[in-house]
Amino acid sequence: MELTLWTYEGPPPVGAMRIAASMEGLHYVLHAPQGDTYADLLFTMIERRDRRPPVTYTTFQARDLGGDTAELVTRSIQQAVDRFRPEALLVGESCTAELIQDQPGALAGGMGLGLPVVNLELPAYSKKENWGAAETLYQLCRTLLRERMPAPGSSKPAPDRWKSEGRRPRVNLLGPSLLGFRCRDDIKEIRGLLGEHGIDVNLVAPLGARPSDLLRLPEADANVCLYPEVAGPLCSWLERNFGTPVLRTVPIGVGATRRFLRELSALLGLEPPQSNEADLRSRLPWYSRSVDSTYLTGKRVFIFADATHAIAAARIAADELGFTVVGLGTYSRELAREVRAAASDLGLEALITDDYLAVEKAMGDAAPELVLGTQMERHSAKRLGIPCAVISSPLHVQDVPARYAPQMGWEGANVIFDSWVHPLMMGLEEHLIGMFRHDFEFVEGHRSHLADGAPSRPAGAAEVAQAAAVAPSPPSSLSSSSLQPSSLPLAEGALIWSVDGEAALRKIPFFVRGKVKTNTETFARDNALGEITEEVLYDAKAHYSK
Amino acid sequence: MASTPTLPPLLRESGQREVFCGLTSIVWLHRRMPDAFFLVVGSRTCAHLVQSAAGVMIFAEPRFGTAILGERDLAGLADANEELDRVVGDLLERRPEIRTLFLVGSCPSEVIKLDLAKAAERITTRLRGRVRVVNYSGSGIETTFTQGEDGALSALVPLLPRCDDDQLLLVGTLADGVEDRLLTLFERLGVGPVRSLPPRQSTDLPSVGAGTRLLLAQPFLSDTVRALERRGARRLPSPYPLGVEGSRAWMAAAAAAFAVDEARVAEVLDPLVERGRRALVPLRRQLEGKRLFLMPDSQLEIPLARFLSRECGMDLVEVGTPYLDRTLMAEELALLPDGTQLSEGQDLERQLERVRAARPDLVVCGLGLANPLEAEGIATKWSIELVFSPIHGIDQAADLAELFARPLHRRELLQWN
Repeated sequence: MELTLWTYEGPPPVGAMRIAASMEGLHYVLHAPQGDTYADLLFTMIERRDRRPPVTYTTFQARDLGGDTAELVTRSIQQAVDRFRPEALLVGESCTAELIQDQPGALAGGMGLGLPVVNLELPAYSKKENWGAAETLYQLCRTLLRERMPAPGSSKPAPDRWKSEGRRPRVNLLGPSLLGFRCRDDIKEIRGLLGEHGIDVNLVAPLGARPSDLLRLPEADANVCLYPEVAGPLCSWLERNFGTPVLRTVPIGVGATRRFLRELSALLGLEPPQSNEADLRSRLPWYSRSVDSTYLTGKRVFIFADATHAIAAARIAADELGFTVVGLGTYSRELAREVRAAASDLGLEALITDDYLAVEKAMGDAAPELVLGTQMERHSAKRLGIPCAVISSPLHVQDVPARYAPQMGWEGANVIFDSWVHPLMMGLEEHLIGMFRHDFEFVEGHRSHLADGAPSRPAGAAEVAQAAAVAPSPPSSLSSSSLQPSSLPLAEGALIWSVDGEAALRKIPFFVRGKVKTNTETFARDNALGEITEEVLYDAKAHYSK
Repeated sequence: MASTPTLPPLLRESGQREVFCGLTSIVWLHRRMPDAFFLVVGSRTCAHLVQSAAGVMIFAEPRFGTAILGERDLAGLADANEELDRVVGDLLERRPEIRTLFLVGSCPSEVIKLDLAKAAERITTRLRGRVRVVNYSGSGIETTFTQGEDGALSALVPLLPRCDDDQLLLVGTLADGVEDRLLTLFERLGVGPVRSLPPRQSTDLPSVGAGTRLLLAQPFLSDTVRALERRGARRLPSPYPLGVEGSRAWMAAAAAAFAVDEARVAEVLDPLVERGRRALVPLRRQLEGKRLFLMPDSQLEIPLARFLSRECGMDLVEVGTPYLDRTLMAEELALLPDGTQLSEGQDLERQLERVRAARPDLVVCGLGLANPLEAEGIATKWSIELVFSPIHGIDQAADLAELFARPLHRRELLQWN
């Protein structure tokens, strides 16, 4: 038994729904009580879908339990098939149905429905949404392709067979699904990118595919595993059984997109792409080199997301924007190893958890200047008064923008530059507003865009340069506490801030003020100083910058 | 009261339902009682449901959570009772401000027959009164949506102190602001003392006894009413306080029970009624003659249908309700226009076929159905907003009507040429 106040992922049947709702011509019968129908709103509200997910719930009640729930299951299946006439049927059970063991999948199999039936066994008490999505996609494809599997020991198709077949090379784009982050736009971007390189898209799945389309999966020269959380197991299975090679590089960021194109070209036997393509196609490299971006150098960034987006974000932050990554983690336990490796490359220990309070604590401790996370990290960051950009599911309706806003490919890199740098700028602007609010030009009643929840900051009146000068360089030896709201209460241990000390502290930019305060108080205690004056503050700064 | 309307036979439906389970009511109950915590004993589905319905992410640490059953709990490897005690211990250590803990049963906990009543007793004893632990079921196999509140309030009834003095007890969650306003009006009428269940502090429980008159603020409290009646309270039959007419009748019912003379009632309420009706005029203009279809959801459907037809002039195509409690709805049913088609329960696909065939001007429905119906060209009003918004009382009648007029008004505003 585990206490959960909020969860990053839903149960496995929600993952199965993501596959069913992403596709056309597929229907899912879910043996579940009425409450489980809440999952419809994830699609109709968050994704603003114009139709209900293709799911029929049996909605059994307590009074059915004494009787024949199996009959209810077969009736629901028959009605769903008659009404929706799907090409294939998923049949599964929710956490409650799992306990009453009606085995709806087996029941459906015995009904002679005349269409492929996938019996989904998704253990709801041990697995979660992404696992459920991956397992559903894999089981669906396995069921549909069972009869097309080449005999064991058959030779693998050569990835460059397209040359002899007189056609362009073609690949599958696997993993995009509803409730995934910006999948709709990523697919458009990657399709365009591949087209420019002479590569055709054989099939995109699950998003927009029909079950009958999935029969064409083995016709691709390679599989592109765009979203490993959803497509990882399917890609491995296709590789093992059909010999289709897999490209696992996720093209998020300039470097990753270049690597993606290089590796795919090599895999398919194509000419390598031009080395200056990134500079010609994406603005991120130049924007990041331009002098205006100098202030981005060393910005402390904390990252928590699904594994795919966390790993990509860490690389972009460190390599392409010159940030310092001060925290990296994921809730995707299935891909924890990959995130640990990425963290270790940055000299960090990855945070693998699905407890958002542990993430919030780590965030506070790391004292970042920018948070990249899910909607939950956005809320945590807001409470801590730190700017944030959302980079991953779980989604909110605002993460499904009307405009074209991919994360992948060249345009994706542009979108990322804007959407990460913008909140940082707003954070800086916030600080300047705080500093200049006593100037006569300042209009009273300015409202913070960080809105409620952000700790209010007392005003200072100083030059940016001076404030920056007082701020210590990245904190060294001390284990830091979380950012304190800077109302400057008397510190425990009889430390008193003098009036000039307090004034000097207030001149320090808010995003490092908590750190400076902690450092200075530690310094004062270590040196048995009862009162912290402006001089003590400068002494502490000198001490820690050694 | 006018003669009983002639209603066609009730349409009883049984099939796929598209309704939240009783766990959802935690979303407003935890806000009503900030010193209480609601711990669902269930699955990841339960946790995901409550957070999805609530949009919880705004809370630093919400006052509700889920003790998620794992495979070990089900396999009996871990004693689920011991595990629950441990989780509750951890929770209360972290949240020392909690005074009442609701253990909320779910579908899985009901199916494995986890005895939460015993658990509540055991933990209460162990904590020696520091925290009171009560239990109820919000499971979807037994309760729908707002019925969860009925469960929670029923669980509190045995804890209410006994007192046979005369008092008015308002039963059902009201928005704090609305409640304050209603209390002011009762005071003006000379009705009192007035208490509320649920109270604003979980420890500040009202008493109950032979002198207690129950006035229901919400129509979905069947079990709570029965439990209170067993403790000597008497229910004041009345329509629900939605709209000018219902709210006036509701207050007048209390006034009559407290022997306030009708002249005084008229003196206090009629100016409000007059003002309320004036405020409704422009909204009635927008709603009059529009055809309304209510899907079964919050259990507020019948009182809303009564308000929207009688005071706003809407035509009722079908009024769905998850279940029909004829006792608690008697005064409402009596006010429905002749020929109103009521339906109880749901067979979703067939009901949607009726919606499509009738092409109503407005459908009141849950979040799962709203956008799909809009995409089919049918205007909708989501019903969950009705359990969060201050809609009760004469003064709120225009605001309530506006919730239904807005989607229609918006359609008139938007144009693309």
